Amino acid sequence: MDFYIFLTLAVISVITALLMVFARNPVHSVLYLILTFFAIAGQYVMLNAQFLAVVHIIVYAGAIMVLFLFVLMLLNLNKDSEPQKSNLWKISGAITSGMLLVVMVGALRNQIQLPAAAEYQPDRGLPAVLGRMLFDSEFVVPFEITGILFLAAMVGAVLVGKREIKV
Amino acid sequence: MQLTNRSKNVVNKKMSFAERIYLVAIAKGMWITLKHFFRKNNTYNYPDTQRTYAPVYRGWHVLKRDANGAERCTACGLCAVACPAEAITMTAAERERGEEKLYREEKYAAVYEINMLRCIFCGLCEEACPKEAIFLTDRIVPSDYVRQGFIFGKDMLVEGVEPEKRVDVSVRQKHIQEKKQAAAAAQ
Amino acid sequence: MSLFLLFDWALAIEKIILVSVVFAITLGVAAYSTWGERKVAAFMQDRMGPSRAGWGGILQPIADGVKMFTKEDFMPNQAERWLYILAPGAFMFVAAMTSAVIPWGTELTIFDKPVTLQVADLNIGILYIMGFVSLGVYGIMMGGWASNNKYSLYGAIRASSQMISYELAMGLSVIAVVMMTGTLSLKEMAIQQPGINWNIWYQPLGFLIFFVCALAECNRAPFDLAECETELIGGYHTEYSSMKLGFFLFAEYINMFVSSAVISTVYFGGYNFPGIDPGWLYGFAGPLVLFAKIFFFIFVFMWIRWTLPRFRYDQLMHLGWKSLIPLAILNMLLTGLGVLLFSK
Repeated sequence: MDFYIFLTLAVISVITALLMVFARNPVHSVLYLILTFFAIAGQYVMLNAQFLAVVHIIVYAGAIMVLFLFVLMLLNLNKDSEPQKSNLWKISGAITSGMLLVVMVGALRNQIQLPAAAEYQPDRGLPAVLGRMLFDSEFVVPFEITGILFLAAMVGAVLVGKREIKV
Repeated sequence: MQLTNRSKNVVNKKMSFAERIYLVAIAKGMWITLKHFFRKNNTYNYPDTQRTYAPVYRGWHVLKRDANGAERCTACGLCAVACPAEAITMTAAERERGEEKLYREEKYAAVYEINMLRCIFCGLCEEACPKEAIFLTDRIVPSDYVRQGFIFGKDMLVEGVEPEKRVDVSVRQKHIQEKKQAAAAAQ
Repeated sequence: MSLFLLFDWALAIEKIILVSVVFAITLGVAAYSTWGERKVAAFMQDRMGPSRAGWGGILQPIADGVKMFTKEDFMPNQAERWLYILAPGAFMFVAAMTSAVIPWGTELTIFDKPVTLQVADLNIGILYIMGFVSLGVYGIMMGGWASNNKYSLYGAIRASSQMISYELAMGLSVIAVVMMTGTLSLKEMAIQQPGINWNIWYQPLGFLIFFVCALAECNRAPFDLAECETELIGGYHTEYSSMKLGFFLFAEYINMFVSSAVISTVYFGGYNFPGIDPGWLYGFAGPLVLFAKIFFFIFVFMWIRWTLPRFRYDQLMHLGWKSLIPLAILNMLLTGLGVLLFSK
């Protein structure tokens, strides 16, 4: 049963991801991407990482995608107003992204090591375990540094927002 | 110049911190709505229960019959003369032999029309009437889609012969009599 | 290895029954909230409210339902067909999903079998609710955009920015509770508030922030800018009619019910009540007490709606970003200090 659920979610995520790329209407693209996020969140739940699944939904589907949709709706892009790109642009875009793909596959090919079955801990995704890992043992320093990074970004955003008044 | 003593000078003063968080103001507003929540409302369930009309209420006119069922109106035209809105028109006719049951006097109104769009329901017609034939009642004039429908002829104005179709105007009648007596006493 | 391998048919049937009951109750409460809303509004304005359908208008929701179903189902010519149809359904779905993690009571013993009165005791319960609440805006956005009407679009845009702004303060005020209780599970939170030892006594500021944000997330007055009649003629549901409109309006009441349930559970002890020591009565009285609390909060929602005027948009943003979020962070710091000093 596990396998079939995995398969369903995987197929949904791949199809919606493709639809997101090929959809002509940007708003449809965003909505397909949200479906993809749901399928991925489902995979997290299958791995017993409910915390990650829910945070994934809250942050990506609930906040970031809402902002995307917000901007797209304001811009009101649609098939008619989309600028027609010449073939040169299309070819160069395909070449660039193809090169990126080659680089990533080359870099990651030998790096990915799937964890052995014995190594897999089912309770690893639970909030208590995750919290202890982040705040207590393994990842304290990276976590705090990320926090500082966010703080810097926040201060920067406030400064950008305030600029008109000061100058 | 001050017209009322309720006017209030608007001051754009800076609000204090307690005022700026609005919690007190919100609590006050909620208290007011809560008081209204438990207050007894004075709504009438209109078609089921109706308010009583005051004796001075003036609505849809009625042309009375006497005790035998004969029309009291003699088409003297005093009501039409008294009418400030010129809403009343009538055509007089002579009573034929054999019509004594229908009309009380020798002359009667063959056509009697009140234009309800012109009528201002002032009640001067009933005061002018020497025969106590016309009265304003507590019935409300119904609405209509066309102007023609508001010109009420005798079919809409004269009360029925049968006892249950009679329109009771005793309260109104008494009120007018008192008014007339008071006017006479004043002179 | 995962949840899905442990498949227990008896449990499955029990859960299916529980889900059906919870769903039915949710819909019933939402339906009668529409009646309650009109009655509350009427009483506060010294009127009678619905009184023709049944005694005191008690059959009004059914009459409304019949009206909604039999009205013309209109669709604008230029609308995005599928999104236009999908939007009310999505909104309703998300609203109804939220009630899955609410603990309605302790255990009931039915036929010598203990039955937990909770559909799913997720160890991330409160986050689950936050997640689904944040998804609620998609229904509004899709509906507003697909209608192809500028007022609807305005409503959708307002709804989305408002949701994002108030979610932050809501999350921050919840974090303070999580710090205090040390758990994300709503069931744990309810267990930790026995008798009258409720979280509200420790988190008054947090409760206030949470409550204001809940009003905003439900799009209730004074935060109903997404649909304000006077400016946007109904906002995101301007172009909707018939049962699609009914879904939008109905989901709002479901949202109200669920947020009342969450407020009762997180801050007001859920099914706990002072006085009676846990006995056989407790299992039955608990859900009733919880529902009493929920109805009280639904009443407060309505009370506020018929008292306070709508915010202006800049005031809304000002309140969200410059007042509630700093206050929530302050509340978080104070809670952290309290936990540090008193928990040992």
